[in-house]
Amino acid sequence: MSILLDLREKKTSLNSKQNGGRSLLWAAVAVCGIVSQFVMPDFLLAQGSEAMRQYGDFPLVGSRVAIWVAAQVHLLFAAFVLGVPMFAVVAEAVGIFGGDSKYDKLAKEFTRLLLVAYSATAIWGAILSFLLVTLYPGLWLYLVEIFQVSMWVYVSLFFFESFTLYLYYYGWDLWSKGRAKLVHWTLGILLNVWGTAVMFIANSWLTYMMSPPADVTPDTAPGMVQFWSAFANATWMPINIHRIIANVVFGGAIVGAYAAYRFLVAKTDEERAHYDWMGYIGNLIAIGALIILPFAGYYLGREIYEFNQQMGITMMGGFMSWLWIIQAFLIGVLFLAGNYYLWVGMGRIPGAERFTPYTKWMLVVLVLGVMVWATPNTMIADREEIAAMGGTHHPFLGVLGVMSAKNTAVNLMILTTFLSFLLYRRANSRPTVTWARTATIVQVALFVISTFVVLFYGVWGYFVPAITRIGFSVYQVLAVLATIIGVITIDVFMLRGAESRGDIRWGQMPARSQYALFILAVTFTWLMGLMGFARSGIRQHWHVWEVMRDTSEQAATPALGYAAIVISGCVLIFFALVSFIFWLGGLAEKGTKVLSDTAKVEARPGVSQ
Amino acid sequence: MRKHFSGPLGKSVVILGVAYLLLEFGIAYIPPLFGVDSGPIPDSVLLQYMVTVAIGILLWVSFNETLWEEFKAPLHAAMVEPRQRRTRVALIVLVPVLVGLMTFNSVRPSIAAPPSLRSIHPAPPGQIDFQGRSMELAGVENPLRSVGSPEEHYLEGRRVYYQNCLPCHGDGLAGRGHYAQGFNPGPASFQDVGTIAQLTESYVFWRVAKGGPGLPNEGAPWNSAMPAWEDFLTEDEIWSVILFMYEQAGHEPRTWEEEGEEH
Repeated sequence: MSILLDLREKKTSLNSKQNGGRSLLWAAVAVCGIVSQFVMPDFLLAQGSEAMRQYGDFPLVGSRVAIWVAAQVHLLFAAFVLGVPMFAVVAEAVGIFGGDSKYDKLAKEFTRLLLVAYSATAIWGAILSFLLVTLYPGLWLYLVEIFQVSMWVYVSLFFFESFTLYLYYYGWDLWSKGRAKLVHWTLGILLNVWGTAVMFIANSWLTYMMSPPADVTPDTAPGMVQFWSAFANATWMPINIHRIIANVVFGGAIVGAYAAYRFLVAKTDEERAHYDWMGYIGNLIAIGALIILPFAGYYLGREIYEFNQQMGITMMGGFMSWLWIIQAFLIGVLFLAGNYYLWVGMGRIPGAERFTPYTKWMLVVLVLGVMVWATPNTMIADREEIAAMGGTHHPFLGVLGVMSAKNTAVNLMILTTFLSFLLYRRANSRPTVTWARTATIVQVALFVISTFVVLFYGVWGYFVPAITRIGFSVYQVLAVLATIIGVITIDVFMLRGAESRGDIRWGQMPARSQYALFILAVTFTWLMGLMGFARSGIRQHWHVWEVMRDTSEQAATPALGYAAIVISGCVLIFFALVSFIFWLGGLAEKGTKVLSDTAKVEARPGVSQ
Repeated sequence: MRKHFSGPLGKSVVILGVAYLLLEFGIAYIPPLFGVDSGPIPDSVLLQYMVTVAIGILLWVSFNETLWEEFKAPLHAAMVEPRQRRTRVALIVLVPVLVGLMTFNSVRPSIAAPPSLRSIHPAPPGQIDFQGRSMELAGVENPLRSVGSPEEHYLEGRRVYYQNCLPCHGDGLAGRGHYAQGFNPGPASFQDVGTIAQLTESYVFWRVAKGGPGLPNEGAPWNSAMPAWEDFLTEDEIWSVILFMYEQAGHEPRTWEEEGEEH
């Protein structure tokens, strides 16, 4: 406890000495981070009785930006280390049960990236904890009072997660056959279980700040707040679900970017082929999970409205509403980049040329979809433009600014993206079943019907009350999902035993296709930062919504431009570090290759060193 | 001339030009030909649309290797081939001049106020002080819908509207009253699907009662000239005029979800 007291009081002197033993300091940070979880409540309670200061000050950028950057970068790394194991374990399963060893290699390569990313996550977590303790001691004390038990469980899970990861990675070659391989795969599942549990616990803290239980008021002593009602608060499960899916999307995008980087620096055709395929898998997972992410987001938004209408309107109709236009534009970029990657990829598939004429029409649908989706309800205009329009609502384009138009646009974009995947999948296959023609007609009919349903409810939505219109989006979504499931089921059976029109020429991709993968990763990261700001910013001047007020000098909610600059800074920091991790990934592989080559030479009869 | 526009580069220029004309002039002038109200779109939206179209064009010309080569070929030729010297010189002069003009245009002093980001639906407070007493807004329905005669409430609302709201919001409730031209931003159109059709009656009550002066600080600047009608009307008069507005505009008010209702 006294060490921590010294740390707090002598922060300045520590800062001046930190250059001396940086590595030692990092070790201390990790240990102190854990120790602080146990000792800090008593320490802070003792301090609280002596008129403890509520806020600290961070040089140059201020406390808010410091904590913001630490939380955001920590979250980005956390999303990466939670998302990647999910499909590492799926890829390993495909390798085991499908008998294709390249999936196993892929899973191992993912896991190698995890090792370094895991350390980065922990370091940024420690930075976040210490900044919270030193810059927002009042809030920290409050949260610790309610959540201390879960904090102990949280740090304990780190041990399990770390050692499971080490066993999973270092045991890969050792447990590669038979029953041992299944045990190894179980370790991968366990790694996901620990990681998800860690995320669920941390989510409870931040969602409590958004949606504390109704019986908690500013006069409720934190010690009197019931733990479980605070933990499983109104927005906890919606955030959990949204983040699980978003982590898969993010993990896929980052792996895609890694593959793109390795593709661009590859020296041999074999390497190019491998990383081309890896990029394809990353893109497939990212876009596939992206398609269901809006539904989880809808559930979260609905729960926020349900919890507090004012918060909901601030988010969707108030000053945060412009973030949704930026979001629409960025998701439009994701759809365009994801589809573009597939269309370029069709250049390496024999037989795909028969679909080329359709591509430009799919592009037209996507471009129109982006334009409609990103049409603002309230337009940015100067006074002359407002006068010319007759208000901030455009008399003609105003119809595109409401949910009916946007839901219609996004559902048609999802259908178009699915069609791209379908054409890609079928490009080099020639079905041999006798009912292939009938099945294709049924598939086309499903597309036509769902398009009609989406358009019909989109138009009808203008003529019914809002409460009914909200229900229409469910019909639109169900039509699209039913088409996706129906068409893919038919396709799977139809392509059984299909003739190949030729092998996919993996590796024969133009370099520009790889930049689409970079765009995907950067856009996802940006989106996470922007929408994370929307979620957190709707609390406005409250640390804990309508319970604990932010009384610091930086309590005002930042303007959108300012927020965008800070978030872009976080994205840059993250990618600078991720680039380093990618480089390390390549370095580790080279080291392994040199070692294995040396071993081969040593093992060769008659060769001595 | 035709051969210049037959390749992907020429087609791209044509598509971009047509898109610009449609967005800048088509949206403003074509719908009125069919009796549909329209107006010019702000520069911010025009830029957004044009960027989207340009991205779309770039994707189109580059997803196919042949098309990409055909797209680049005239550009490459203009840059290196001796017979294209005149084009090259013209580009070297025109491109910097164009960039210079755009830069000049964006930094030259102007008396116009900069575009403002104005949220049209600020978040309402959970409760308000109405004529000296506290009033809950969350979950509130229009009380006149459950008491008395709807016809009478409608007639009362019409009287209130024509005596107080008509000069700005207009006879057709489309925000085109006699004084509407004097305000910037103009009065809200209740015919618009983006105004009262999206809101609960309690929200509209808050806006009518508190007007421009009662708008929250978030999302400023507020330039609304709407008076705070709580100073001039009774609670029942406000509820009746709200009832009239929905009835007359043909919109249903947004309703509160019932406990456990699923959509």
